[in-house]
Amino acid sequence: MSNIVEMLHITKDFPGIRANDDITLQVEERSIHALLGENGAGKSTLMSILFGLYQPDAGTIRIRGKEVKVSDPNVATALGIGMVHQHFKLVHNFTVTENIILGMEPRKGLLVDMRTAEQKVEDISKLYGLAVDPRSKIEEISVSMQQRVEILKMLYRDAEILIFDEPTAVLTPQEIHELMQIMRRLVEEGKTILLITHKLKEIKEVADVCSVLRRGKLVGTVPVADTDEERMAEMMVGRQVSFHVQKTLAKPGDVLLRVEGLNVKNQKGVLGVKNLSLSVRAGEILGLCGIDGNGQTELVQAITGLTKVESGRIFLRDIDITHLSIKERSDLGLGHIPEDRQKHGLVLDFTLGENFIIHNYYKEPFAHWGILNKKAILENAQRLIKEFDVRSGQGAITPARAMSGGNQQKAIVAREIDRSPDVFIVVQPTRGLDVGAIEYIHKRIIGERDKNKAILLVSLELDEIMDLSDRIAVIYNGEIVGIVDAAETNENELGLMMSGALHKAQEAAQTGREPAHV
Amino acid sequence: MTFEIFLQMFPIALMFSAPIILTALGGLFSERSGIVNIALEGIMMVGAFTGATITVLLENSTPAAAWIGLLGGLLAGIVFSLLHAVASINLKADQVISGTALNILAGGLTVYLCQIIFHQQRTRAFSYGIKKLSVPGLSKIPVLGRMFFDQVYPTFYIAIAMVLLTWFVVYKTPLGLRMRACGEHPQAAASMGINVSKMRYFGVLVSGALGGLGGAVMVLTADIQYTLVSIHGTGFISLASLVFGRWNPFGVLGAGFFFGFSTALSFYAKDIPLLSGLPGEFFYILPYLLTIIALLFFAGKSVGPKAAGQIYESGER
Ligand SMILES: Nc1ncnc2c1ncn2[C@@H]1O[C@H](COP(=O)(O)OP(=O)(O)OP(=O)(O)O)[C@@H](O)[C@H]1O
Ligand SMILES: [Mg+2]
Repeated sequence: MSNIVEMLHITKDFPGIRANDDITLQVEERSIHALLGENGAGKSTLMSILFGLYQPDAGTIRIRGKEVKVSDPNVATALGIGMVHQHFKLVHNFTVTENIILGMEPRKGLLVDMRTAEQKVEDISKLYGLAVDPRSKIEEISVSMQQRVEILKMLYRDAEILIFDEPTAVLTPQEIHELMQIMRRLVEEGKTILLITHKLKEIKEVADVCSVLRRGKLVGTVPVADTDEERMAEMMVGRQVSFHVQKTLAKPGDVLLRVEGLNVKNQKGVLGVKNLSLSVRAGEILGLCGIDGNGQTELVQAITGLTKVESGRIFLRDIDITHLSIKERSDLGLGHIPEDRQKHGLVLDFTLGENFIIHNYYKEPFAHWGILNKKAILENAQRLIKEFDVRSGQGAITPARAMSGGNQQKAIVAREIDRSPDVFIVVQPTRGLDVGAIEYIHKRIIGERDKNKAILLVSLELDEIMDLSDRIAVIYNGEIVGIVDAAETNENELGLMMSGALHKAQEAAQTGREPAHV
Repeated sequence: MTFEIFLQMFPIALMFSAPIILTALGGLFSERSGIVNIALEGIMMVGAFTGATITVLLENSTPAAAWIGLLGGLLAGIVFSLLHAVASINLKADQVISGTALNILAGGLTVYLCQIIFHQQRTRAFSYGIKKLSVPGLSKIPVLGRMFFDQVYPTFYIAIAMVLLTWFVVYKTPLGLRMRACGEHPQAAASMGINVSKMRYFGVLVSGALGGLGGAVMVLTADIQYTLVSIHGTGFISLASLVFGRWNPFGVLGAGFFFGFSTALSFYAKDIPLLSGLPGEFFYILPYLLTIIALLFFAGKSVGPKAAGQIYESGER
């Protein structure tokens, strides 16, 4: 078989950093080619060059053996290259079909021929097993469906080379499994896939070949069948990575966070959290797991003050914070790593240094007599950048927008862990992080626990929940269906509870522990 | 008795509604493409000035002078709105500031031109503007005939036709789909190969055309000459109609009619027993009061185009 894509000696500079340094990538037709690398290694940049979003400073691109200049995404589209971005580009109040045909509408006279369009979308969707309803509005469908709309957008334009930038970061395990099947189906139909992911398991599962990048350079390209996960991780980080978290037994103390009979409405206006009670003690990590959309978001938003509650109460230590403002809660010692890093975590147009002091900008030493102290802000930033290995082109003065996805995430995590809040709500802390960074962040979260903080960990990744938590609460349909000891449960039991098939009496999980307080 | 007043009032309400509806439709095009256009007031002034001037200058040579005036107002609106397009699309200026600047400019510019052309601060009065007409046959229908077809200004029919045309263009054609995408999520539109700047130019220039036409319609039906106060806030009322009408052509029609009716009410209030007790000034402030209330209640709701007012940077991630 021949190479359909050849990127030869590609180099790309950004202010302060060489994002791609003489990278040569050759992709065989009808294969799944994975791209692996640390956060900021240059994966998204390389793919953006292939898709025409950036121009390389040096190097050439050949598609189907012919040298081409991909000057903008329209050229890429014409060459049969499509890309699903890390952040979707969909118009929220358009239908699926409208989003797909935009810019290439079938016409009947002066009109958009919506019927033909819908039929075509439906046909493609069937062919690849996507199961998308062409008439739904984007804002009404799930994230994984939205991702399929992005895939359909490429297919509708007859793309042959499909680029996926971390497609699984936003999906649940079940959805990931389905996406893998879709990818196989696409290859069967003759497509070629370039896949960026941090999850080695996924590479093992679907990819044929894997290229590893480190700090802008290509480390090597290996056939996946001959390589194991440890080897790939080592290639990418340059050292051995431990996949398992070391931790001692928890020594739980007083209850620091208590939720009593909480009811919260969701976006659709119905109860997303129903009469929910739980408590988290000092020195323990309570993992909250469940299938996406079972009330996790509403619960977290209620605790942090992003949404208001219908009824019920929330206590921090013994202070009723149910009706306090976000800032008051934060001043009382509540910390939060938010789910949506671009919406709630960062001001994208501020610099990294400014984003680090977003909670404390008005306090000493960052402000003195109401005037910002540049030096203190810079020192603070440099310390955090070093401690958490946040990589960017210009350090403290890099605009957050110019940072790689994973490094944006690291910046938020660094800021919040550094505040060391007494009660810490941690949501998807390692979304989009490389294995090395995950290892470090996990260590730091355990470190917070050992400093006697109360931690509520919400994650869609079962492995993360099981590795970090001391106790695990399972949420289903807005209710806690059970709380189990992390050491005494397994994936199967959790799976059953998450699907609502098994209820575990909350008392049962508490036996052998101190007086029940759930 | 009151019903008789109502019937009399109706054509007047239609007369006031027409410019509001036309201008608000203009605003719809602009905002749907992603550019907030508070320069509608200034655009109307420029359109009104041009319409009145052409009518005055041509009325002795052709009976179609006022109609040529409408066309002139429309073209002048396009030229004037070009300034807003350049400022907000090419120069990436803040759209509210650019709009405010144009509103101020319009007053000075029109009075200055009046001074040059007519040697006074207003245009000369024209003898006829647009003439009323009665639709043969239809005007004989009981009640409805008197409301819509007897002695009404044809400009209202133009406004209705524009509502339908707008609806068709915005919701049924590829152009409309692309334009709306630019107002909701320009990055998404650009990623599909759509030229966002071009679409936004289209939106702003159409708003100039319709706003200019609206201004000319207003002065040529409800006034006898153009003065600095001929438009007196109607551009802003149109903007309120756009918000009230939820950025939808039929909503705009309803809202525009509502404001037109409330303006007409100020002329007839003293004849309506229930309302005659209130001071006349009350009815003059009514449309503006309603505008503020409309904006207070509806502006906060995020039903408008999401990206309207935001500066679009093509390379943004
Ligand atoms: N538009 C830009 N302007 C300035 N610097 C940029 C820009 N895009 C990327 N960079 C820099 O280039 C480097 C590589 O970024 P890139 O997004 O390619 O990383 P990545 O491998 O995709 O990382 P991640 O796994 O975190 O998504 C980063 O240091 C980033 O700060
Ligand atoms: Mg990336």
